Amino acid sequence: MKGFWKLAWVEIKLYLRQPEAAFFTLVFPMLLLFLFGSIYGNTPNPFFGNRGMVDVSTPAYLAMIIGSTGLMSMAITVSSNREKGVLRRYRATPLRPAAVLASQVIVNFLMTLFGGVLLIASARLVFGLRFEGRPLDVLLGFTLSCLSFFAVGFLLASVARTARAANILGMVLYFPNLFLSGATIPKQIFPPAVKAVSKFIPLTHVVNLLQGLWIGNPLGKHLLEIAVLAGLLVLGVAVSAKAFRWE
Amino acid sequence: MPSATPAIEIESLAKSYGRLRAVDGISFKVGTGEIFGMVGPNGAGKTTTIECLEGMRFPDGGVVRVLGLDPRKDGQELRERTGVQLQQSALPDDMRVWEALDLFASYYRKPAAWQPLLDRLEIADKRNARFSKLSGGQKQRLFIALALVNDPELVFLDELTTGLDPHARRSMWDLIRAIRERGKTVFLTTHYMEEAEHLCDRVLVIDHGRIVALDSPANLVRGLRSEIRILFTAEPGFDPAPLRSLPGVARVEKNGEKVIVAGQGDRLIVVVVNALDAAGARFRDLRTEQPDLEDVFLALTAESGLDGGLR
Repeated sequence: MKGFWKLAWVEIKLYLRQPEAAFFTLVFPMLLLFLFGSIYGNTPNPFFGNRGMVDVSTPAYLAMIIGSTGLMSMAITVSSNREKGVLRRYRATPLRPAAVLASQVIVNFLMTLFGGVLLIASARLVFGLRFEGRPLDVLLGFTLSCLSFFAVGFLLASVARTARAANILGMVLYFPNLFLSGATIPKQIFPPAVKAVSKFIPLTHVVNLLQGLWIGNPLGKHLLEIAVLAGLLVLGVAVSAKAFRWE
Repeated sequence: MPSATPAIEIESLAKSYGRLRAVDGISFKVGTGEIFGMVGPNGAGKTTTIECLEGMRFPDGGVVRVLGLDPRKDGQELRERTGVQLQQSALPDDMRVWEALDLFASYYRKPAAWQPLLDRLEIADKRNARFSKLSGGQKQRLFIALALVNDPELVFLDELTTGLDPHARRSMWDLIRAIRERGKTVFLTTHYMEEAEHLCDRVLVIDHGRIVALDSPANLVRGLRSEIRILFTAEPGFDPAPLRSLPGVARVEKNGEKVIVAGQGDRLIVVVVNALDAAGARFRDLRTEQPDLEDVFLALTAESGLDGGLR
């Protein structure tokens, strides 16, 4: 484990030096929060099950951050580090290969968490965000969602031959996940056809899980979401373990 | 470790990619404290060999011992004690020079102080620069610094001066000699025969995955037995014919004022100059052309065809 935490720290700095990654994790969710929050406010509304727009959107935006770190940051960083030969250089040191990969997971998790905390704090301070759930359950759901989307990001980096291909694959998956899952646009306003498609979008399950846990649903009420996300996690890890190349 | 143990020991190393035999049964030893060079055309098997030694690749056959360790089994320990400069590698674009050194130093049990390395490699003024903003030569020097950051017993340098300008190349040579003077072993590959000739104690010529020659640069050149050429400018009316009968002279050519005497033997030049002097001939601009490692390389790899192509 020598050097592992230093690597994680350097990776955090590198993450924040990429404007696009920092934008999607830290800035973009806040932009949406302030945009929609200022339009609709956070007054309870029967349309949102007697909760406010911000109460419903905040857990959905958390899902959005998870989608962007998993499908974009993770996939792009890992594949471009491989393409350029960064992973190769790391492999020539005593640092264990697993530590290189683990540092990516930790960094992306911490950045996602940081983005989430920033979002929740702003929503609370500016729009009086209400929280009716159990913090530990939300954290568990959040962590599972992160891991499963990171595994998918890793899968993309493993199957894509080049960083460019990983980038395109990530985008192609990210945008439908963003818009059809209810992560940006509330599901309540989807027409039936879009609602039907939405069920097959992985990020929908993150949105449902986090929104449910946010209002105090027990974990047991979200077994479908948990099963889907655990399935994705297993799939991502299994395919990556087989297909991942260091160079 | 007793000094009798060679730094590197290879016995019948073989490595194939599909049907292509990249390295085809080579054996050699490298002594502790040696600067050992490997030269060969593109695709001759240089990088495959060095990567098998570094533990970056595993051979299909043969025995490899590096610092007495098996790269396959003791890879971790080996990476702890060796320094590696890879032919193709990079750092993240936004990583700063000092961060890279600080980070890599943290991977090792006994890291060297990395600040002096910055000075020795003349990149101290770039310590805050991001990797992507460095020139090719600066990146190369940073990679050398990273290869030395664990104060290794053995350093692998794969084409270390490719992309450097002549001045930077020479200062790199000084640096390599300085590394050896601290008792380290250096194993390098190069495309530049001049580099191998100036720097290496012994040179291994490899082609088609096989060893073509292995000796000191001077012995390799001597072994070539190619001719020495003496060139000078003579006055008009100079008769070169008497030179032809001198011992060691193979042929004499005269082209206007220019005269070329070709032949063999360490005493050729003495014999020719004495003869010219004795005959009262006036000459100027006398110089000799001796075969160098480049000629050896071309001669040794000639049979294998043009540059070997991509293999």
